[in-house]
Amino acid sequence: MADEPKKADHENPSVLDDIGALAKGLKTTLGEYFSPQITTEYPEEKSPRSERYRGRHYLRRYDNGLERCIGCELCAAACPVGCILVIAAENSDENRVSPGERYAKTYEINMLRCIFCGYCEDACPVQAIVLGPEYELSDTSREKFIYTKEKLLEPLPPDVQARLDSKGK
Amino acid sequence: MNNLYNDPIGHWVVVVLAMAVVLFVLLTGTAYAVWMERVALGHIQRRPGPNRVGPWGLMQSAADGIKLAFKESFIPAETDRIIYVIAPMIAVAAAFLAWSVIPIGLWYNVQYWIADVNVGVLLIFAVSSLNVYAIVLGGYASNNKYSLLGGLRSAAQLISYEMAMGLSLVPTFMIVGSLRLRDIVDYTVHWGPYTGPIPLILLTPIGFVIYMISAVAETNRTPFDLPEAEQELIGGFLTEYSGLKFVMYYLAEYVNVITASALATLVFFGGWYLWFVPPVLAFFLKVVFFVFVYIWLRGTFPRLRYDMLMRLGWKVLLPLAIVNVIVTGVIIVLVQG
Repeated sequence: MADEPKKADHENPSVLDDIGALAKGLKTTLGEYFSPQITTEYPEEKSPRSERYRGRHYLRRYDNGLERCIGCELCAAACPVGCILVIAAENSDENRVSPGERYAKTYEINMLRCIFCGYCEDACPVQAIVLGPEYELSDTSREKFIYTKEKLLEPLPPDVQARLDSKGK
Repeated sequence: MNNLYNDPIGHWVVVVLAMAVVLFVLLTGTAYAVWMERVALGHIQRRPGPNRVGPWGLMQSAADGIKLAFKESFIPAETDRIIYVIAPMIAVAAAFLAWSVIPIGLWYNVQYWIADVNVGVLLIFAVSSLNVYAIVLGGYASNNKYSLLGGLRSAAQLISYEMAMGLSLVPTFMIVGSLRLRDIVDYTVHWGPYTGPIPLILLTPIGFVIYMISAVAETNRTPFDLPEAEQELIGGFLTEYSGLKFVMYYLAEYVNVITASALATLVFFGGWYLWFVPPVLAFFLKVVFFVFVYIWLRGTFPRLRYDMLMRLGWKVLLPLAIVNVIVTGVIIVLVQG
């Protein structure tokens, strides 16, 4: 009941109320003008990412230098867009690449197709593939977006390594 | 210097030089008005605005200008080609013409203006009302429904607000007794111990409010930018314009903003008088302040609905301006006995 006169005022504002409203708006914008800016100047400064951020992929190695990937192609099977190509080959005593029976002779990811869902990381039985934090992947030709095994085997960023180590993976 | 003005050839040399300087200053000023608008709007929205091209983004307008100059000068099919090309030229010509009679300052007996006409304000109104032709013809010639609607809206809007704008200045003319802008700036009062030029806003505050509102409407700026209301009319009369023809409309809009600010400075805020500040600099500072007010309004208020716009023009501003004229007349008669 007490609100009723207030509502009537709101429905029939006087000219002075209108002018007051305009002045209030001008005051608000001027206040914003002199408040600190909230823009992140992107190339120079970057906003923080979650530690579980899913960026470009890495293939990992064991501490003794052997590749983790055993060429099982579960990642390729899990991939919803089919951007992973794995061609496996047998390990032999002269040419031992991974500890298991087989290794990935070819391991390619088409980054133009990839949707960064991380299913490959979930599917991998030996935690060979992980998604790192890099998201600035632009390049000058389509061919350069097909990441080959050599590129994927680049050492992990230390913070990703530390995260994996803390989980005992 | 006075000898130079009296000499017939010297007079023309001075006038042509002044025209070149005014043209240059206006073009540069427009570029930086655009920059200032973008930075100020950015700050109002708590972002920095353009800050990449040159120091503080000062070269942004140059980069934009170059980009627009290199765009294809496209003329859509089935347009009225001649009118389509001429319309933006009318806009620019009308916008620049107004500056032929705007006095910028009087400094050590040097006149910083092109011509000192005894009906200066009238000429400015006459020339600035040409802008409606540019917009209507551009909208008509584009062969586009949205352009035509924008042009029609603009015609109605500009005609409505021109009346209020003209009438808002009449009390000033009645007090000063002259249409010459220099006389208006130099209007002196003897009030107690004080004798000298005063900002006329002290005598005509209501006229100033009406002038500012109708000037925003006259220059088609937010919150009265219905001719180019993006959400409903794409770009209004600008829809089919691109490249340098678009630049011409854009240039005209900003020159009109600067002109309206200059007129407000001259008629209401004492022109080039500002305590100890050198005259031309004082004029410049005042104009920059008014341009900022324009931007501030743009950053604050949403666009009016069309019927609200018309109601404000005809039912509020025009009667208020007429009453203002009558009351000022009565007061003048009473004061002067």
